Amino acid sequence: MARTVRTHRKTLNTALAWGIGLMMFFPILWTMLTSFKTEAQAISDPPVWFFFDWTLENYRVVQERSNYSRFLWNSIIIAGGSTVLGMIIAIPAAWSMAFVPSNRTKDILLWMLSTKMLPAVGVLYPIYLIFIQLGLLDTRIGLTIVLMLINLPIMVWMLYTYFKEIPGEILEAARMDGAGLREEILYVLTPMAIPGIASTVLLNIILAWNEAFWTLNLTAARAAPLTAFIASYSSPEGLFYAKLSAASTMAIAPILILGWFSQKQLVRGLTFGAVK
Amino acid sequence: MSTKASRSAARLMLAPAVILLLGWMLVPLTLTLIFSFQRYLPLRGGFQGWVGFENYVRFVTSSAFWPSVQATVIIVGGVLLITVTLGILLAILLDQPMWGQGIVRILVIAPFFVMPTVSGLVWKNMFMDPNNGLLSHLWRFFGADPVIWLSDASMLSIILIVSWQWLPFATLILLTAIQSLDSEQLEAAEMDGAPVLSRFWHIILPHLSRAVTIVILIQTIFLLAIFAEIFVTTQGSFGTRTLTYLIFQRVLESQNVGLGSAGGIYAVILANIFALFLMRIVGKNLDR
Repeated sequence: MARTVRTHRKTLNTALAWGIGLMMFFPILWTMLTSFKTEAQAISDPPVWFFFDWTLENYRVVQERSNYSRFLWNSIIIAGGSTVLGMIIAIPAAWSMAFVPSNRTKDILLWMLSTKMLPAVGVLYPIYLIFIQLGLLDTRIGLTIVLMLINLPIMVWMLYTYFKEIPGEILEAARMDGAGLREEILYVLTPMAIPGIASTVLLNIILAWNEAFWTLNLTAARAAPLTAFIASYSSPEGLFYAKLSAASTMAIAPILILGWFSQKQLVRGLTFGAVK
Repeated sequence: MSTKASRSAARLMLAPAVILLLGWMLVPLTLTLIFSFQRYLPLRGGFQGWVGFENYVRFVTSSAFWPSVQATVIIVGGVLLITVTLGILLAILLDQPMWGQGIVRILVIAPFFVMPTVSGLVWKNMFMDPNNGLLSHLWRFFGADPVIWLSDASMLSIILIVSWQWLPFATLILLTAIQSLDSEQLEAAEMDGAPVLSRFWHIILPHLSRAVTIVILIQTIFLLAIFAEIFVTTQGSFGTRTLTYLIFQRVLESQNVGLGSAGGIYAVILANIFALFLMRIVGKNLDR
C-alpha cells in the first residue's frame, strides 16, 4: 500500500518536473530546431516542429556572410586567455591566503569581493579613455585583461575555498620531511588542488564567454567576440530567424556543454563559498 | 607554525593579485570621481571647467532620473520575486525522488549558460515578435490579438527574459541548500504526521533562509547591472531605461561624461549598499 502511494507520488513528481524542465529548456530547443529550417519555415504559422526539410544552409550562410569563425576565435582567445592569465595570478594568491593566513586575510578576501561588486557602468568612461590612450580599444589583449580583472576575485575566492579543504597536517608532514616551498607546492599541493583548479577554470571560461558589457562596449570590428557578433543581429534586414538561430546555436553550444559539467562548482563559485 | 621565510613568500605571492585589483578599482574610480565634478563633453571641446556638485544635482533632477529609478526597481524587484518564489518551489520539487532527475536538472539549469545577447534576441524575435513570434502564433491560435510585447508590455517582457536567465541560478543554489538539510529531521516530522505545508513552513523555509538571502543579494548586484538584454531589445525605450542604461547613454551615446560620471558614482554607492550586506554574510561564513 505504502509502496503504491510512493510510486504514485514519484510518477507525479516526474511528470511535473519534466514538464517544467522542458518549458525552461524550450527556447533553447526551439532555437536549435529553427537553425535547421529554411527562413520561410522558421516563421510559418502554424509552426513546424520536427517534420521539415532539415538543412545546414543557415550555418553555411552565417559563416560565409559574416566570417563567423573570426568571432569564434576572438571568443576563444579572450575567454581562454583571461582565464589562464587570471589563474597564474590567482593560484599563488589563494594558496598564500589558505596556507599562510595572516590576521588580515579575511579583510583582503572581503575587499577582493567588493571589487567584484563595482558596477561596470560606473567606470565605463575611464576604462574607455584609458583604452584609447593605450591603443587597446577593439583589441583582444585589452579585452582579455579586463575580463581577467573582473573575474579575478571569483577565481581567488573559489580557489581559496578549495585550498582551505586541503588538510594542513599533510603540509606539516611534508615540511617535517624537509620539503621546501617549491617541493611542497609541486609534489604535495598540486595533485590535491587539481580538481579545484579545474573547476575554477571551467567556471571562468563560462563567465568570460558570456560577458556582455565590456565585450559590447570595448570592441568594434576586429576584436569582437560572439556576444558582440550576435548583438549585430538586433538590427536585421529581411528574414533572418533561421540565421539568427544558427549563429546563436553555435555561440551557446560549447558553453552549454561545459556548463552542464560545472553545475556544482557554479554554486560554490558564484556564492563565494557561502553555499556549498 | 609558518616560518618567517614562508610568510614573506606568501606575501609575495599575494601581491600581484592585490596590486592589480587595487589598480583596477582605484584608477578608474578616481577618474570617474574627478570627471563627475567637471563639465566635460569630449565631442564639444572636452574639458570646460569645474562645476562642483552641479552634475550630481542635474543628474537627479533631470526628467529621466526618476523613471529610470522606477524601471530599475520594478525590473530588479520583479525578477527577484519570480526567481526566488519559483526557485524555492522548483528546488523542493527537484529534491523529490523521480525518474531522470539528472536530465531534468540539466534542462532547468541550461538557460543560465546562454549568453545575454542570445537570450535577448531569441526572445525578442522568435517569441515576442508581434508578427512572426511563437507567442503571437499562440495568441492567434486562441483567436486573440497578438501582444506587441516589447512596446506594449515592455517591462513585463524584460522581466520575463531576465527571469528566464536567473531562475536556474536561484534554483541551483536553493537546491544545493535543501540537499544539506538533515533528511532525518524531515522524516521525523513526516512520521509525526506534520502536514506538508507545516513541514515546508517550519523546517524547509527556515533552513533555506540564509541561502535565500544570499540569492537575493547576489542577484540584486548582478541585476542592477543588466545591460545586454536591454541593449539588444528595447534600447531603453518604452520605459525600460534602467539606471545602468541611463548612465551608459549619458556617457557613451550623448558623450556627456561629467553628468554620466555623477550617475556612475550614484550607481557605485547603490551597489555598495547591497555589497555590504552580502559581505557581512560571507564574512561570517569565513569565521567558521
